[in-house]
Amino acid sequence: MSKRWAEVNGEAGPRADAHAPARPSKARTTMAFIFVAALYVWSGIGTETRPVSLLLGIPDMANLFSRMWPPNMAYLRTMVVPLMETMQMAVLGTALGAALAVPVVLVSSRNISRYRKAYYTARAVLNLVRTLPDILLASVFAAALGFGALPGVMALAVFSFGIIAKLTSETVEAIDPGPLEALSATGSPRINVVYYGVVPQVLPQFVAYCLYVFEINVRAATVLGLVGAGGIGMWLQRDMNLMMYRNASAIILLIFAFVLVMDFISNWLRGRLV
Amino acid sequence: MSAHRISPKSRLCRAFLLVGAVIVVLAWAARGVEFSLTRLGVGVPQVLRIMSLMWPFSWVHLPDVTVRLIETFQIAFLGTSIASVLAAPIGFLGARNLSRVRGQTYLAKFMLNAIRTFPELLLGLVFIRGVGPGPFAGVLTIGVHSIGMLGKLYAEVVEGIDTAPLEALAASGATRAQVVRYSVVPQVLPEFASQAIYRFEINMRAASILGLVGAGGIGTPLLFALYQHDWPRVGLILTGIMIVVTATDLVSSYLRSRLV
Repeated sequence: MSKRWAEVNGEAGPRADAHAPARPSKARTTMAFIFVAALYVWSGIGTETRPVSLLLGIPDMANLFSRMWPPNMAYLRTMVVPLMETMQMAVLGTALGAALAVPVVLVSSRNISRYRKAYYTARAVLNLVRTLPDILLASVFAAALGFGALPGVMALAVFSFGIIAKLTSETVEAIDPGPLEALSATGSPRINVVYYGVVPQVLPQFVAYCLYVFEINVRAATVLGLVGAGGIGMWLQRDMNLMMYRNASAIILLIFAFVLVMDFISNWLRGRLV
Repeated sequence: MSAHRISPKSRLCRAFLLVGAVIVVLAWAARGVEFSLTRLGVGVPQVLRIMSLMWPFSWVHLPDVTVRLIETFQIAFLGTSIASVLAAPIGFLGARNLSRVRGQTYLAKFMLNAIRTFPELLLGLVFIRGVGPGPFAGVLTIGVHSIGMLGKLYAEVVEGIDTAPLEALAASGATRAQVVRYSVVPQVLPEFASQAIYRFEINMRAASILGLVGAGGIGTPLLFALYQHDWPRVGLILTGIMIVVTATDLVSSYLRSRLV
């Protein structure tokens, strides 16, 4: 750390003086500065950034908040079922994604995959799947299948699959090869090699990844309704559109509390695992 | 390995209990959302059919998609820049090793947690209220929401610094501001930059969905295309997102490998 500190500062310790990297020339610094400034101006124009409109918008936002206050807590009684539905979507999405990931991991881990081509294909597919955010997938699935929980669950499943498969493959690639070689040497069939050599080594990590993805899915599931993919977000969307802001703020508080509690539970379970 | 040994029999028992519990939870979840394998059996072929309808892409929309992808980049770039600056003071406040006031770290960490927990899309809706629909609302959303994660990571970076230069400066009579400027900032700056670049990767994804609620970027034309069931256009947009996000990830990991 201190070494890097010295390098960055360009004034390294007593011995390194002669080899200290030369400071970049003034011209280069100026060029870099102009380039970055131009990038900001260009982005500012492209995104119609007007700080003034933010200032002018403050009364509107304040008005929104004042109409949200006080939250209609009695309304939460009717939100129990949608909240449960949200959690159920997250549970199912994670479980389906994990189930899909298991067979793919066998192909996408370098040390147990047998066919180079299958390995590279699996890796490429996983990389592509992970570029699409969960909510984007949900909006496409909702348009394809109609509004409801099903597109939400499917989107979460695809998204979870991408992350769990990638993380688990990396874990499998890092396992101790000893047990695998020992099992192979005794002439065990491949299925036994995987079951007795790989599974015990990666199972705790695999479960930890599932819990981690579950946390992400809980957060996503609360807002999937905004794009029509089920859960409590649909009710929030409806209340916002109907300008029932006190109901909306109650839902927002509920989502907040829900995410915190689920994070806590998931963290506790993970702490016990690893 | 564990301190207390568990007999094989009770281990088997525990495994059965655990599997049973998982099955019960899954059954409860499936019943609640009326989910079943038959519904999945209908849904998956439907999605595959629609994916096949996406090809050939409607190339007439290529210019518009390109412009919107550039806009997405700009939203993510400005948003990340705003957050990377705003997160710095909170990150310093949240670092245990530099804190002077009791409770200051807790307050900072609580704030960061609160920001992180608030869903990004909801924040988007609030800013759309303030500045109207459009990319600027997206910039503000990303700028505020990213503070949560960046501030937390910044605090961790500050907590991991080497304290020797700090003590040396303090011993030579430097003021507190000078200590921070000449011993803390040079140590944390590359790591801060690395975290901000990493956050930029995430924000490219975020910026591409914010349009679905009206906050600009590629999500805007995607929403129209989805409403009209214009699948060739959807296909073009999704492919565009995949390419841009992959490119961003590659460039970002290259930059980060040079930094740290």
